[in-house]
Amino acid sequence: MPRTFFEKIWDDHVVADLGDGAFLIHIDRHFLNEVSGAVSLKEIDNRGRTVRNPELTFGTVDHVLETVPGRGMTTRMPGGNDFLREFAQRIGPHGIRFFGLDDPRQGIVHVIAPELGAILPGMTFICGDSHTCTVGAVGAFAWGVGSSDSEHALVTQTAILTKPRTLRVNFTGTLAPGVHAKDMILALIAKYTADGGTGYAIEFAGEAVRSLPMDGRLTLCNMAVEFGGRTGMVAPDEITFAYLKDREFSPRGADWDAAVAYWRTLASDPDAIYDREYTLDCSTLEPQVTWGTSPEHSIAIGGTMPDPQAAADPIARDSRQRAANYVEIAPGDNVKGLPISGAFIGSCTNSRIDDLRAAAAILRGRKVADGVTAICVPGSTATKRQAEAEGLDRIFREAGFEWREAGCSLCMSGATGGESFPRDARVIASTNRNFEDRQGPHVRSHLASPVTVAASAIAGRIADARDLAAPEGN
Amino acid sequence: MNMKPFVIETGVAAALMRNNIDTDQITPGHTGMKVQKTGFGEGLFFNWRYLSGGGENPDFILNRPPFRETRFLLAGTNFGCGSSREFAVWALRDFGIRAVIAPSFGAIFASNCYMNGVAPIALPEDAVSLLAAEITPEAYTMTVDLSRQVILSPSSQEYSFHIPDLQRERLLEGLDAIDATRRREPQIAAFQAADALRRPWVYKVEGRMA
Repeated sequence: MPRTFFEKIWDDHVVADLGDGAFLIHIDRHFLNEVSGAVSLKEIDNRGRTVRNPELTFGTVDHVLETVPGRGMTTRMPGGNDFLREFAQRIGPHGIRFFGLDDPRQGIVHVIAPELGAILPGMTFICGDSHTCTVGAVGAFAWGVGSSDSEHALVTQTAILTKPRTLRVNFTGTLAPGVHAKDMILALIAKYTADGGTGYAIEFAGEAVRSLPMDGRLTLCNMAVEFGGRTGMVAPDEITFAYLKDREFSPRGADWDAAVAYWRTLASDPDAIYDREYTLDCSTLEPQVTWGTSPEHSIAIGGTMPDPQAAADPIARDSRQRAANYVEIAPGDNVKGLPISGAFIGSCTNSRIDDLRAAAAILRGRKVADGVTAICVPGSTATKRQAEAEGLDRIFREAGFEWREAGCSLCMSGATGGESFPRDARVIASTNRNFEDRQGPHVRSHLASPVTVAASAIAGRIADARDLAAPEGN
Repeated sequence: MNMKPFVIETGVAAALMRNNIDTDQITPGHTGMKVQKTGFGEGLFFNWRYLSGGGENPDFILNRPPFRETRFLLAGTNFGCGSSREFAVWALRDFGIRAVIAPSFGAIFASNCYMNGVAPIALPEDAVSLLAAEITPEAYTMTVDLSRQVILSPSSQEYSFHIPDLQRERLLEGLDAIDATRRREPQIAAFQAADALRRPWVYKVEGRMA
């Protein structure tokens, strides 16, 4: 019987059928961060349990850690120092690899995991963070879990999971210049709503995905959770193999050859049937920006704010009205042109080297508008060093951006009393969540691609990068 | 964490009929993250429950009697989307909520519920809306019978639901998942032994330690 890509990975990881759709699934790789990881390790220590396969487990610090230059293992986040201290103290004795503050491999889990070749095609991968689905871009089955599921995996190297149904999203056509992976995923969520992928393992396919480099695929899969999906994934191909070759934890020699041969068998069989299929035409896709407080509140950048009262369903209508009140935009208003006081390039969605290169191409020879606080936080220490080797940091700095150390930073810390934008600010961000208060108290966040964020930082208002004239001397 | 068994519960139901209520709203991070699994009830819906200048928001449903004693929460689609933080479930549980009833849930949130004795009950949108419409400050008592998988509304209408057997048994008995899985250790060991022959690179993790 023909099988989908997801079903092949699933079948290769079933330890036991637990009945009524539930299975015990082997976990090939597991990452811990200092928030959920600290809780899991503390519980394990308190109960006198042991970590079954520490060699398959990795840890780093990303959530609570400050990203300001000269940082130490401390944070302004209330309660955060306890997480940093307990995590760093507890992880070592279990024999788990730990990429701490001063390790050149430190960074956001979903940036470093593929960068290190720690997660490979056909693997199962979990982490106590919802954006773990990002790493499905390398052809893995990757999903986020809570502290208790993480603890379960530390002790048993397995997870209990209900088998998700399969959904294929066909991104047809090719992207126009100036349109990026972020625009693809925002448009998809807007079209099918934030729970359009609920209950599914989502495979991203089609011409526009096949031609995306790995960094773009990681952006796409990153927001599968914003679409309700258990995971997002892209079947491995030559782009995947070239990306993974010779990474620190990638297999070598005969193991590499055997692995590639296995990875080539993973793509869906030609006649495989998905439980559901969606299609989005990329040839007419415009850069996207969100107006509201859910990623589904996304529109083409030249579009106007939709009327919340136009929603047919009363609960959707009230939810959209509440969002409109929060962001203080009226129906029919242009989103493009709204003044901003903050711009953020970073997060597990868009902080990789391709993102920084694309933003730097916009910023080169230009200046951030007066009154805009612009911040760039590379996703990993390795990405930061690569960018510095290419001189990108100078472009960001000369434009007026802060150039920070690697971590999650303002993507989420505003919600936790850590690094945040000032109360009531309107900001544009390359992140994944425009939730209420996510980037600071009553901060209104507009999500967009790194080039849209860069262009907006220069304009001092939400701007379309395609409208920028070539800078002088370029 | 030993969970409180959930067989049949009767109590106050409250309706918070918004879509996409994310875990940032359920437990805003600034409400005191602690390296522990209990003591988060005060932070539940903090930004909605309290005014920015301090003090309770009198308009928020959980601040109004009889809903201060809410045991069942009705909500819109995609409840618990967003961050994987288990603090969201701990806050609901510590407040006293035993079940959330919504048309759909964030997948990670639903898994976290099962780990902590909270039932995430999915019902069709129109059923959730009908239930929500019944709840008033005078009629608010609901019963959730997990053994029969039915909800009894304030006017005694029955609504059937389904929770997968394994998760339902865990909720009914308050079972610890880790203890149950450890009894399958021979199966796990056999899986790894066979898999290491098929996919040896998975188990050879080289690279530097630190």
